[in-house]
Amino acid sequence: MAKEMAGMERSTTWQETLVHDASLEGTAVLLRELVAHLRQNRTQLREEWAKRITEAKLLTAMSKEEIFAEATAVYDQYVEALQTGTFEALQAYARSLSERIIPRGVETHEVVGIVLLLRDVLARSLFAKYQADFTKLDRILDAYEPAANRIANTVAVGFVQERERVIRQQQEAIRELSTPVLQVRERLLILPIIGVIDPQRARQLTEQLLRGIRTNRAKVVVIDITGVAAMDATVANHLVQTVEASRLLGATVIVTGLSPEIAQTLVTIGVDLGKMNTVGDLQGGIEQAERLLGYKVVPAGAAS
Amino acid sequence: MEVPVLKQGQFLIATVQAALTDEDLVHLRRAMVERVVRSRSLGVIIDVTAMDIMDSFASRTLREIAQMIRLRGAETIIVGIQPDVAFAMVQLGITLEGVVTALDLEEGLDYLKNKFDSSA
Repeated sequence: MAKEMAGMERSTTWQETLVHDASLEGTAVLLRELVAHLRQNRTQLREEWAKRITEAKLLTAMSKEEIFAEATAVYDQYVEALQTGTFEALQAYARSLSERIIPRGVETHEVVGIVLLLRDVLARSLFAKYQADFTKLDRILDAYEPAANRIANTVAVGFVQERERVIRQQQEAIRELSTPVLQVRERLLILPIIGVIDPQRARQLTEQLLRGIRTNRAKVVVIDITGVAAMDATVANHLVQTVEASRLLGATVIVTGLSPEIAQTLVTIGVDLGKMNTVGDLQGGIEQAERLLGYKVVPAGAAS
Repeated sequence: MEVPVLKQGQFLIATVQAALTDEDLVHLRRAMVERVVRSRSLGVIIDVTAMDIMDSFASRTLREIAQMIRLRGAETIIVGIQPDVAFAMVQLGITLEGVVTALDLEEGLDYLKNKFDSSA
């Protein structure tokens, strides 16, 4: 009796194993069948997708030909990812696609939208093909859905990361742009500051100025803050430090264009104004700088 | 480490090498004053181009050197502070208060020549 029972248990276990193996192998087989189907019907599925993109009014920044060309590439990458189960190639493609389309003004919702539309178009074609065999459809979708979702994820994340990279790059460019160090005479530099100065920008400003003093061998620097509306205590201290550091490099600093608000801030926080050489406006600052450097400016054709 | 000191007319030029220990700084302070006396110099340039750090002890010692040399009727000027060093100094609140500074050796010589030419 025990032996029979044991025999029965053993065969059940073996059956379960058989079923388990079959389902694993089944998934791989199904994926292959799925990929074959997508490759065979490439032309019409791609057209269907392009049509849906236009209907949804996505990628309006691109022409029909461009959309079709990119759609072809995306479709092939999609099917490739489904087949190989690896996503590196897709990631690389997503990044290069993003680099191409971001300057064209394509938005995140459009990219996510078109990838989801492709997922839907392919899913519908699977429904159509396997509608007679619900069990098989069920298992095909089991194989398809995780892969399709991961693909959508990969493409969307790739796009967003590229956007963030571009934004960082632009922020850096704006920072560089906003603090030019300009030589207007021999040994005279002007630093016109415009906009908001945060501690990071203030620090960058100082580094750029000090390097500029050394490169141009400047003896006088005019820092004009006409374009700065307000300054908090931290930034005001940075300004004082900039003046002191410039002195260590042998340069005199003249600060011009202090707004009434900033003048108030500086007085209130008790900045040592003896350390700062200030003049009302930029014109006055340049005139004083020229005097310090021994220049005298006279109108041409004046008393000879 | 001995700091090389060269004579240029009525001026002395001391060129600091990279890293000066506290003992080196103290030695420099004594050596500079003795040289000023011996050479009857009117001005001293201390070139710190090669110094990549300036701490509070170095700064104080340089200020003391300038003060001691002034007592001998001579002028001191520190030249060659690097942008990075200047930035670090002001952040730490280390100033060379009361000491004349210039960009480099050329500027330092220019300053001293102008100072003594005009008073001649």
